[in-house]
Amino acid sequence: MLEVTTSHYVVLSTLLMLIGVIGILIRRNILVLLMSVELILNAVNINLVAFSASLQQVHGQVFSIFVITVAAAEAAVGLGILIALFRNKQTVHADEIDLLRW
Amino acid sequence: MSLDSVLFYVLAALVLGSAIMTITRRNVVHAAVWLISALVGVAGLFLSRGAEFLAGVQVIVYIGGIMVLFLFVIMLVPVHDESTQRRFSNQKWPAMLAAVALFLWVAFIAVNGVGMLDHPGMAEPLGPGSLSENSEAVGLVLFSQYLLPFELASILLLVAIIGAIVMSKTRNPETES
Repeated sequence: MLEVTTSHYVVLSTLLMLIGVIGILIRRNILVLLMSVELILNAVNINLVAFSASLQQVHGQVFSIFVITVAAAEAAVGLGILIALFRNKQTVHADEIDLLRW
Repeated sequence: MSLDSVLFYVLAALVLGSAIMTITRRNVVHAAVWLISALVGVAGLFLSRGAEFLAGVQVIVYIGGIMVLFLFVIMLVPVHDESTQRRFSNQKWPAMLAAVALFLWVAFIAVNGVGMLDHPGMAEPLGPGSLSENSEAVGLVLFSQYLLPFELASILLLVAIIGAIVMSKTRNPETES
């Protein structure tokens, strides 16, 4: 129980992913929603690194670098969309943005 | 209880606690700072699994790049009325229910599959001097076997840069027509 195994890392990453999912589902502020997405992507990275160490293969870490790359691209585009949205709607709350066009 | 276990539990508590604080803080800047704390904890977990290069990338790209971008955008978007706004959406209890159900499902799988995830030899540390070895191994695989995905990632970043600029720039009606 106290000795750390891969299962510990999987459970930790599951919990981290769930915190991210809860954050996406319950918060109204889009900035916090984007932060929750980062939490979920970090949970993925923990899994990849844990299995990379477990299998003594470096491929998991390489894949994790790609996940970080996609996270950076996602954050840049997401925040760009957020700024454009704020300019048009004057709000950053997800449940007030309910029109397909305005 | 070895030092490795103590380190894992301390970092896990740091990551999970900071993540919970991230999604519950009313002030967005506080949420961002708590997220930085969670990301530092994840970098520590990478270190404890022998992924030194990735820990460095995590600190440089996530904390140095993405979180600074987040803080910039928070400064661009006024959050002064945040204290008078509702923090959570109407669907918070169904959302919690769905998340708990998802957790129970994953926990069921994890409990049934415990021991299946562990491979012989995994408990061995990666050995002394593994900083250079780790970075070297990652670099060798990244620039040989994963060369095409690497180049595609660079194109993706270029597209993201252009997309972010196009979407966030102000429209000038005089130059548009």
